[in-house]
Amino acid sequence: MDGNGEQWVIEIDVDWGKGAAMGLIGEVIAMIQFVLLISRQGKVRLTKYYSPYTQKERSKVLRELIVYKRYASLYFCMCVDQDDNELEVLEIIHHYVEILDRYFGSVCELDLIFNFHKAYYILDELLIAGELQESSKKTVARLIAAQDSLVETAKEQASSISNMIAQATK
Amino acid sequence: MALSGMRGLSVFISDIRNCQNKEQERLRVDKELGNVRTRFKNEKGLTPYEKKKYVWKMLYIYMLGYDVDFGHMEAVSLISAPKYPEKQVGYIVTACLLNENHDFLRLAINTVRNDIIGRNETFQCLALTMVGNIGGREFAESLAPDVQKLLISSSYRPLVRKKAALCLLRLYRKNPDVVNVDGWADRMAQLLDERDLGVLTSSMSLLVALVSNHHDAYWSCLPKCVKILERLARNQDIPQEYTYYGIPSPWLQVKTMRVLQYFPTVEDPNTRRSLFEVLQRILMGTDVVKNVNKNNASHAVLFEALALVMHLDAEKEMMSQCVALLGKFIAVREPNIRYLGLENMTRMLMVTDVQDIIKRHQAQIITSLKDPDVSIRRRALDLLYGMCDVSNAKDIVEELLQYLSTADFAMREELSLKAAILAEKFAPDLSWYVDVILQLIDKAGDFVSDDIWFRVVQFVTNNEDLQPYAAAKAREYLDKPAIHETMVKVSAYIIGEFGHLLARRPGCSPKELFTIIHEKLPTVSTSTIPILLSTYAKIFMHTQPPDQELQNQIWAIFNKYESCIDVEIQQRAAEYLALSRRGEALVDILAEMPKFPERQSALIKKAEDTEIDTAEQSAIKLRAQQQTSNALVVTDQRPANGTPPANHQLGLVKIPSMSSNVDHSSTDQGFSQENGTLSKVDPETPSPDLLGDLLGPLAIEGPPGTAVQSHQNVIPGSGGDPNAVDATAIVPVGEEPNSVQPIGNIAERFHALCLKDSGVLYEDPNIQIGIKAEWRLHQGCLVLFLGNKNTSPLVSVQAIILPPSHFKMELSLVPETIPPRAQVQCPLEVVNLRPSRDVAVLDFSYKFGHNMVNVKLRLPAVLNKFLQPIPVSAEEFFPQWRPLSGPPLKLQEVVRGVKPLPLAEMANLLNSFRLMVCPGLDPNPNNLVASTTFCSESTRMLCLARIETDPADRTQLRMTVASGDPTLTFELKEFIKEQIVNIPVVPRAPGPVPPTPPVAQPTSPAAALTDPGALLAGLL
Repeated sequence: MDGNGEQWVIEIDVDWGKGAAMGLIGEVIAMIQFVLLISRQGKVRLTKYYSPYTQKERSKVLRELIVYKRYASLYFCMCVDQDDNELEVLEIIHHYVEILDRYFGSVCELDLIFNFHKAYYILDELLIAGELQESSKKTVARLIAAQDSLVETAKEQASSISNMIAQATK
Repeated sequence: MALSGMRGLSVFISDIRNCQNKEQERLRVDKELGNVRTRFKNEKGLTPYEKKKYVWKMLYIYMLGYDVDFGHMEAVSLISAPKYPEKQVGYIVTACLLNENHDFLRLAINTVRNDIIGRNETFQCLALTMVGNIGGREFAESLAPDVQKLLISSSYRPLVRKKAALCLLRLYRKNPDVVNVDGWADRMAQLLDERDLGVLTSSMSLLVALVSNHHDAYWSCLPKCVKILERLARNQDIPQEYTYYGIPSPWLQVKTMRVLQYFPTVEDPNTRRSLFEVLQRILMGTDVVKNVNKNNASHAVLFEALALVMHLDAEKEMMSQCVALLGKFIAVREPNIRYLGLENMTRMLMVTDVQDIIKRHQAQIITSLKDPDVSIRRRALDLLYGMCDVSNAKDIVEELLQYLSTADFAMREELSLKAAILAEKFAPDLSWYVDVILQLIDKAGDFVSDDIWFRVVQFVTNNEDLQPYAAAKAREYLDKPAIHETMVKVSAYIIGEFGHLLARRPGCSPKELFTIIHEKLPTVSTSTIPILLSTYAKIFMHTQPPDQELQNQIWAIFNKYESCIDVEIQQRAAEYLALSRRGEALVDILAEMPKFPERQSALIKKAEDTEIDTAEQSAIKLRAQQQTSNALVVTDQRPANGTPPANHQLGLVKIPSMSSNVDHSSTDQGFSQENGTLSKVDPETPSPDLLGDLLGPLAIEGPPGTAVQSHQNVIPGSGGDPNAVDATAIVPVGEEPNSVQPIGNIAERFHALCLKDSGVLYEDPNIQIGIKAEWRLHQGCLVLFLGNKNTSPLVSVQAIILPPSHFKMELSLVPETIPPRAQVQCPLEVVNLRPSRDVAVLDFSYKFGHNMVNVKLRLPAVLNKFLQPIPVSAEEFFPQWRPLSGPPLKLQEVVRGVKPLPLAEMANLLNSFRLMVCPGLDPNPNNLVASTTFCSESTRMLCLARIETDPADRTQLRMTVASGDPTLTFELKEFIKEQIVNIPVVPRAPGPVPPTPPVAQPTSPAAALTDPGALLAGLL
């Protein structure tokens, strides 16, 4: 994905409904409240919430700041608090994209469609509780590779066992 | 890369992609959901692989926005799978599908805990991630100690510890008690020495949350944060992988500077110097470069540094440097930087002394008003609004007016409101103000709210010099071919009232005025017709000598509308017709409207109410305190707590010599009263609020949208049949408040200040006394802010402190005169000598006009200000508690008539009085144990308290207070009692306060009697 797309901080009225606003009262709000990946056609490619909204609330007014950055056909959006440092968030987006890029090798929207679970795994290594947990791309890449190999090993074991069973029951 | 061989899932995703429309997609999704549901029903036959596949499908469907109301159990159950691949899917899907309030999540707590405390590092990571993302209160209660252990123990690897830090942050947000353990602040300080930047970044996020709530406990972290900042900004030993486009972890830098902004100040001179050095380096070293990402990252750091510089109240030189930088940014090409430049300049307005430097950039800011990006235009508008003052109002307002014709519709209402406010606040002369408002209505009538034209009518009515000018202007606009209906309303009103002042000018004879206004009638809506009818009546009344032809014309109109279906129009027509046949009476009744009472501009209020941006709002408030135009005097004689009635409109008719007050409640009850009734109120008991409400109807502060058709005018003795009478349209003439009434409830203000350190102590129409206090151990420094709200000076100002005997107090000199619209600051030093609940009194007086005003105000230097909350553990508490075996060191009392509060709120109340509740010390969950340290000049003494509540009856409790000093024990016990007993406003009043227990009163009554302050405080 090329990173020369548009990028911007916009103020929008996200239509949340009162319930969501009430649910937040008295709580310290996470820096990033949700992450969305939306394609130019308006298709959702990934959603991740760090505040407890119900499905209904998610689709509804809480004045928030949406920070987004477009990469080719895909918009990466994060909803943050008015007081947060917007540029910092903008670069968290870019950081995420760079990690995806490194993992998939020049990532494109199609990669993310068919491997949406990977996008989730990687996001979890980057953000927890709506806060950045790791700013080293190398470290994230290493951890994801380790996870992948764990899954692979488990698969090999499983297939060797089923081979053994198949052999034994021949 | 295929989806790890999950063909079924890939096929499903392809199917969804191939759907031509939403309907097809829904059908495909429904089919799949049906399929998954059936498979889950026969769960036994599912292999782990299949289960995984279906759970992913559910997540995919859910992500598309469809409700997935089943299968949660299957997702959660995968968490307890023994193998990594299943477990991983279980955790991730659960974290997406469920939120913290979901019941199924509770089922998983045990498994999650086992994973967290287990030996498998990868399982630990999965569990911490999920809890960090969706963990709720229950998780906080059962997992916090385990998560803490992972974070602080160096035997775990960084990948676990950084997740533990953020997981703990999540749990802290759900329940702040999770870090309520001994020495947690020290642990945090130690964590800041961490070498691994992942762990450090996560820990810093945790610290931001902690200090944002209680910075007090974390002072030891401050110098370490400065060290980290130095290390980063100087680029010392940061691993290459932690630099981002050549910048050492910008995120960590930003977070660290965030933490520093939560400390009120940096006291240690060395730390402060180092910090300023780093900040200077950041300010000077940031340039606009080509690479967007580098630019963003370096500016993220820079803007945070700017915020910190503003917070630290740096010297003027550094501030000027900041403004200069921002000036550079608002001129660059990069929109993000322009946006932030404008936004930060608006924040800068809060800092004194830089306004003049900001003004140098006015031209550039005005250019930004034409930026292609709406967000930037908004910011530019906010900044112009904030930076406007008497010196540049003309320029700025004229720019805004010009911009109005081209602005997008979404911004026009805000734009016209802001232009109207600025014109009002900073008008160099009144005729200019009238010009601006009329232009505003002309250019953007649809976006000019009623408040705006009501306000201009108020000013014109109240300023005789302005009336001929306004009338002439209104006449000019009436010549225009197509004018906005709001313009018809305001011109008709002004011509009706003041048209006769134009009598000798060409085109301004009564007949001509009537004709030009009447031309508009066919084009207006029913809400405007009543105004026109009143105008006709007034023109008719002013026609001297009488003009038979005009009279016939006007009577014909009244005749016609006498049978109008609209009640309001019908009533006016009927009444005016009847009145106009009575000759003399007409002149009295239709005489000019009396002056409106001066009040705060509803516009400004409205603007303040609708502001969202807090920084901007405080900037506006700050600006509001600054010098405004002398042309328009805006005072507020209404008690601020008087709720304005909902239905107001400008009345056009005055009732001469109305001496009785009108029952304002008739409007509150919404016309339910009998028509035309004027209830008399006992003239001996007119409360200030009543007067306020009476004057209220003419205020233009009515909440928008509630203005029902209510131009009702009551005309006593008129032959008409008043159908619905709004008594509030009547203005008693010549009634002024006799004495100065305070705004707001003095006792409530005092009580609020007992809990916080700054706020308003007293306010009346002439003066506002604010307080800002800092308390350190046994000492306090209060600053009194005396602000003159008027355009004339307050003279003979006197402030005398009557200190009780347990305080040493020193008030600096209070000037005898406070200049118009000026604020003077008077510091007051307090030293606490002994425990006592007696309160110091400020005897304040001033002279305004012929009025001598004198108020006696309790100062919020109360016992709890000298308490230092301190957490104690069970090991510390009991050895202290037990030896204090009974009176007079330990006193117990059953208190009745307590405010019935839930236990948690009772705990909050105690905490707010700086008695720190120590949870878990008392085995009985209905009891609270609290501790604090009392500070006087000679001692620091630990005080312990225990409150035993009765869940069946929250209005009573047993309270035990202990300390090493009998007076302290007694005073503290009485103090707590005052706070929890159900009469918060008058704590010393006799009545429901339980009688003092039979304990020897340690303070000598004789001393109290000779103490003037104490005596007075008792009386108050």
